Amino acid sequence: MEQKDYQQIDEILAKYDRDKARIITIMQEVQNIYRYLPQDALSYIAKEVGMSESKLYGVATFYSNFALTGKGKYVLKVCRGTACHVRKSGNVLRALYEATGLNEEKTTTDDGLISIEIVSCLGACALSPVVMVNDTVHAAMTADKAKDLVDELRAEG
Amino acid sequence: MVNRIESQAALQAEQAKYAAALKQETRRVLICTGTGCLASGGLKIYEALQNRLKALGIPVEVVLDGEVHGESVGVRKTGCHGLCEFGPMLRIEPQNWVYVRVHESDVDEIVEKTLVGGEFIDRLGYQKDGKVFKAHDDIPFYKKQTRRVLSLCDTIDAQSLEDYLAFGGYSATAKALFEMQPEEIINEITESGIRGRGGAGFPMGKKWSQVAAHDDPVKYIVCNGDEGDPGAFMDRSCMEDNPHRLLEGMIIAGIATGATEGYIYVRAEYPTAVERLTNAIQQAEAAGLLGDNILGSGKSFHMHINCGAGAFVCGEGSALTASIEGNRGMPRTKPPRTVDKGLFGKPTCLNNVETLASVSGIIENGAAWYKSLGTEGSTGTKAFALAGNVVNTGLIEVPMGITLREVVYDIGGGIKNGKDFKSVQIGGPSGGCLTKEHMDIPMDFDSLKKVGAIIGSGGLVVMDEDTCMVNIAQFFMNFICEESCGKCTPCREGTTRMNDILTAITKGNGKMEDIDELRDLAQTIKISSLCGLGKTAPNPVLSTLQNFEEEYIEHIRDKRCRCGTCKDLSSYHITDKCIGCTKCARNCPVGAISGEVRKRHSIDPAKCIKCGTCKAGCPVGAIKEG
Repeated sequence: MEQKDYQQIDEILAKYDRDKARIITIMQEVQNIYRYLPQDALSYIAKEVGMSESKLYGVATFYSNFALTGKGKYVLKVCRGTACHVRKSGNVLRALYEATGLNEEKTTTDDGLISIEIVSCLGACALSPVVMVNDTVHAAMTADKAKDLVDELRAEG
Repeated sequence: MVNRIESQAALQAEQAKYAAALKQETRRVLICTGTGCLASGGLKIYEALQNRLKALGIPVEVVLDGEVHGESVGVRKTGCHGLCEFGPMLRIEPQNWVYVRVHESDVDEIVEKTLVGGEFIDRLGYQKDGKVFKAHDDIPFYKKQTRRVLSLCDTIDAQSLEDYLAFGGYSATAKALFEMQPEEIINEITESGIRGRGGAGFPMGKKWSQVAAHDDPVKYIVCNGDEGDPGAFMDRSCMEDNPHRLLEGMIIAGIATGATEGYIYVRAEYPTAVERLTNAIQQAEAAGLLGDNILGSGKSFHMHINCGAGAFVCGEGSALTASIEGNRGMPRTKPPRTVDKGLFGKPTCLNNVETLASVSGIIENGAAWYKSLGTEGSTGTKAFALAGNVVNTGLIEVPMGITLREVVYDIGGGIKNGKDFKSVQIGGPSGGCLTKEHMDIPMDFDSLKKVGAIIGSGGLVVMDEDTCMVNIAQFFMNFICEESCGKCTPCREGTTRMNDILTAITKGNGKMEDIDELRDLAQTIKISSLCGLGKTAPNPVLSTLQNFEEEYIEHIRDKRCRCGTCKDLSSYHITDKCIGCTKCARNCPVGAISGEVRKRHSIDPAKCIKCGTCKAGCPVGAIKEG
């Protein structure tokens, strides 16, 4: 990592007084910069707040929002909550996987454009099935709409 | 910007000032910009309306600034109106008319006909069985509801403290500070009978008095906004649409129990809630309603927000406090209980969002008012998230003790697409399924417990005849497996085993003895798990076994899924209704369908991947599954 990267992390660390109790917030903000948590950044944070690397790794891997590998420009969160499930979100997921060539193991396209994540509930149950693209909610999805969505994202690049 | 308020009298003067300004808005348009309506274009309507009114030279107010400008049309982007299925929607005052599925292109007509001409546009009204319902309270969806916790969500701009004050906001805080002793506040809460809305239904007054009894100088109020139950979104609305009401509940809890620090733990999936709560905290601090020396009373309360990072188990009390402390969110053995040793080892009052949002109403209107609705053991109202295969999906608030029939048919408008009702899943992964025979039992904490379900946080997912109950049980068990923190063996290993068995059954590899095995495992997990997540994890399986055992048997013995949900057990075939239009053959992604034009087509089962595309697209319904 470059010097300027540490500078950004230092700003975040200073904002939270290098407080161990704020470690989750600190990692969330660092992740906002890189869209994931680079290993170097984790080691640096551990040293700065005075935590062992293993303890920090334990916290980072416990929560599903922390990513230790890079994510795509567009992160598609496919809701698999109960309401979406009974309105056939499984078909939407399958269509997205087909259109992108991704699957449960491989979650990001090689060009770094699209990541697909399965989330348990987005709390937009009345609009089910739901797919969230970064922070935008796409309601009442179908397999066809899912394919169109991937085409649109590719066109936008 | 609200001036700094330093006494109860000054608060009343500010409230009166904004109420007077609000009165000048003789006509108001309240546009829903909850998650649902936002996704369907609510914001565009909000902007188009303002532009049109301005173009016609009609004065428009979108925020209250405390000045009286003369008559105007008030336009607000409000929180969720509840009827999400029919969004984008808006309400027009003073007539209290509701327009649903409004499009940007309808805006000019709304301005000219309704706002200027005072005329109702039938085309935009809510329609049922050919009848148009004009007024909000006449619409069947709203008729049986009583909105208390959610009352202002659909009326005020969530980002405006001025709006909240115009409706008497922070009166309850002032009353608690200046007119009541801490014991009186707790007595009022105890007397109201309110029980925790997060799932367990623990009496709130009892919890508060246990925390108050500690004379530790440091105590905490923690708000559990980790609404992780799939199918539940009422807390989201409480936090996003009326954040000040939640802050009031926490401040009052602090005054009553002697705590001066509050934490709100919001799940990561709700970024808007975090944003609006942060904004509300800043506004309240600037106005002297939060922070040091609240309203000049000499009492202080400081608020912090913690953002979750995606772990369902953090909804459990001790896991949640561990997460705020910056640890892995894993529950611990109890006792000590959270009220004695909670956050940072200090006495902690942990309540759910909806419960805390109910506090200001109880303090302002009294325990008797609160108890006037609901049943003896479950007082007040409860918000439910209505979702699944029901006509009117959305957010509702009803008196405790209402029947399932009223919720599904009167409010929910019945089952979608004319299908038959099968079941309602209530209480998420800790809850159970209710069936036709439970239609008339009162929905309250105790009655539901008796039939193996729980109110839980309030998610209601309605399922029609095409929903496979074994698949639903497997769905929940899979969820629990992924969300189990792994600390205790019964939950970690037991739920994995149950999931394996259920998966085998849905794939046609089940054995008859699996049913006993499932019951046996469920019993062990229930009695020996460390926390509530594990203890309740088997509930969805037990309740589907109790109510739909014949479906399990069909899957195991006959290798048949009557709903066609379990793809390994189903096959598609084309009946003689086929008109030979070739659409299915063209749509099939794997080329499994063949046939000549205008002749009955057929599906090659060896090639078919059971995606259902053919069935969904068939114009004459000739493709059957099963």
